[in-house]
Amino acid sequence: MSKKLRIATTSLAGCFGCHMSLLDIDERLFPLLDLIEFDRSPLTDIKHCGPCDIGLIEGGICNAENVHVLHEFRKNCKILIAIGSCAITGGLPAQRNHLDLGSCLTEVYLTEPGLAHGHIPNDPELPLPLDKVHPLHEVVKIDYFIPGCPPSGDAIWKFLTDLIAGRTPELGHGLIKYD
Amino acid sequence: MMADNEIHTADLDPILDRYARDPNALLQVLREVQELHGYIHPSAISYISVKLGIPRARIEGVAGFYSFLHLQPHGEYRVLFSDNITDRMQGSQALMEMMCQQLWLQPGRVSEDGLVSINTTSCTGMCDQGLAMLVNGRAITRLTHQRVQEIGHLIRNRTPLADWPADFFRVEDNIRRSGPLLDNTIAPGDVLHAALALGGKDIVEAVKNSGLRGRGGAGFPTGLKWEACRNAPGEAHHVVCNADEGEPGTFKDRVLLTRQADLVFEGMTLCALAVGAQHGYLYLRGEYRYLLEPLQAILQRRRDNTLLGKNILGQPGFDFDIAIHMGAGAYICGEESALIESLEGKRGVPRSRPPFPVTHGYLQQPTAVDNVETFCSAALAIQMGAENYRAIGTAKSSGSKLISVSGDCPRPGIYEYPFGVSVHEVLQDCGAVNTRAVQVSGPSGMCIAESEFDRKLGFEDLPTAGAFMVFDDSRDLFEVARNFVHFFAHESCGFCTPCRVGTSMLKQTMDKIAAGHGTQYDLSEIEHLDQVLQTSSHCGLGRTACNPVLHTLKRFRPAYENRLKSLDFEPAFDLDGALARARQMTGRDDAGAHLKPEDA
Repeated sequence: MSKKLRIATTSLAGCFGCHMSLLDIDERLFPLLDLIEFDRSPLTDIKHCGPCDIGLIEGGICNAENVHVLHEFRKNCKILIAIGSCAITGGLPAQRNHLDLGSCLTEVYLTEPGLAHGHIPNDPELPLPLDKVHPLHEVVKIDYFIPGCPPSGDAIWKFLTDLIAGRTPELGHGLIKYD
Repeated sequence: MMADNEIHTADLDPILDRYARDPNALLQVLREVQELHGYIHPSAISYISVKLGIPRARIEGVAGFYSFLHLQPHGEYRVLFSDNITDRMQGSQALMEMMCQQLWLQPGRVSEDGLVSINTTSCTGMCDQGLAMLVNGRAITRLTHQRVQEIGHLIRNRTPLADWPADFFRVEDNIRRSGPLLDNTIAPGDVLHAALALGGKDIVEAVKNSGLRGRGGAGFPTGLKWEACRNAPGEAHHVVCNADEGEPGTFKDRVLLTRQADLVFEGMTLCALAVGAQHGYLYLRGEYRYLLEPLQAILQRRRDNTLLGKNILGQPGFDFDIAIHMGAGAYICGEESALIESLEGKRGVPRSRPPFPVTHGYLQQPTAVDNVETFCSAALAIQMGAENYRAIGTAKSSGSKLISVSGDCPRPGIYEYPFGVSVHEVLQDCGAVNTRAVQVSGPSGMCIAESEFDRKLGFEDLPTAGAFMVFDDSRDLFEVARNFVHFFAHESCGFCTPCRVGTSMLKQTMDKIAAGHGTQYDLSEIEHLDQVLQTSSHCGLGRTACNPVLHTLKRFRPAYENRLKSLDFEPAFDLDGALARARQMTGRDDAGAHLKPEDA
């Protein structure tokens, strides 16, 4: 049997819904694990990504740390896949794009009662937010897109098994959903 | 409203009457209203709507489709600079800029006093006449700095177009090399006498035997087309001559209609005899508006000489007449089914084929649609005899072909060659030196490089509708392709999504590369777009829109790569700049508050 493919996954500015959908492939996880092994992923808690065959990223890019993680994935993964609406278009987090970041921070930390301690957090440990939320393909090259919010377990299964078998992934009728 | 109606009774009724209040003539009516008023006024639309029984929405839809028709005032003088790449190479953009400055206005806008508007238009078919523009639909050639300034003065003084110097409007034929077609000595009626001796069935056989193939580019065997039309059942057959010569860089039909109009009409009448048609239409592109009156005079002379009308040449039952329909600035109408839609007074949207026009054409009747040069060649083939005609050219491309040469050469103009002539030979004849590339058959055709100049024009190798644009080694082939891509995006009819969106995305990608933001990734996006356009477009426009880019990418890839920001992926925005607002709000400036390019 040929070498198992290594897959890394992460959620950036997303809700982990796409990861939940990945788990929705249910008992097919067992045959899948005969073919692949996970590198960095919320499922393994490995903190940094090593050389991988496939990277699966949900969520868009909303802060500096997202950019670092995305760059780490791009550097290590031969194939990078944007999964779900947020990764492909920015999705729900991008709703803030029509607001000025400064006024968002001011309202949350300075003027809104109850939340603030009187200053905008500036600890160097914290990643700075970008002025806008961006889809992944505006920051690095993305090889494939799986649309849906989230895409169904069946769609993810079809896509991964196509890739693993060396077929160009194709989501047929019923598997492509945009919501 | 009452007042409007009274005005329109006076000014619009004569136009409507001239077209017998036929709803199919809507485009012609709108074109004449535009000529009369400078634009199509809402009250004129209401009036036409009532008189022709066409809903207002459809009239506005038609008027909105054609770029020479305006629903808002566009100035007393509407100036359009021809914007083909060959125009740009001669400095059309600088001239337009100068004229805008002279008249104090911006391109695409009407001057405050409503006097003038200046904009660009797709190739006007004057590529061999120096720089060209249209003023209120009339072509003005050989533009220079001085001439443009004079035009500016004439406009400012509100001099009527009819009083402008006649020399401005002179269009030379520039025939540089002639052959059997341009040298023919056929007198009006000669071919028809020969044709009457043959009869319809034998005409079709003779045209088939001549090996004649359509000269509009696609090269469908003309005899087969006529036979299919002849055999198609219908109440009335039609003959249509496609003179919507819109492919940038092509102007041979202009010259044929100037020098050989009798032969064109003779060919159409011949076709009418072959297919059994009584009505013929010449669809003349709007840019050639100046040819309308001369052509109408020739038609009248032919009627007077019993070469058109009832009982042609005294033959009982041989009835045929030709009407001229003007286009109004839409490249897509060169596609035969879009042309027929336009003839019927509709938006020029290509039909789904099959059924083909030979069975379901104009008014759903059998219709033979052929190019201007095809009709001339058919007439010539009948006159010479099929075997003699077939002896010219090559095995699969019989006869001769008119080539419209333009671009970087000292002798642009019309060259007639037997099929099978090499690109090299044409270049030599037109005096081109240091040639880097030739665009054969226009943007939808083929861009070839020096190593291929021994290739031959003909259906076996390089099929061509006639355009032959020469680019020397000072030219940037990326800019050539970008001009063509803008052309297709502008001319997409908007009916199908792949073409409407795809041509615009292609344009944006080319503009991104031109602005220095492009990457290798954008080049592969172009290839992907090409696949979408080729496989899912409704008609040939979308299917060929990527050709200029693909052909130049293949042969002149460094012209693209030199403009790329990097061969790797580049973000669409400045990553570190996107953190500036957060840095400002938090007062941070530590290493973690920055994203450096090397993070990538």
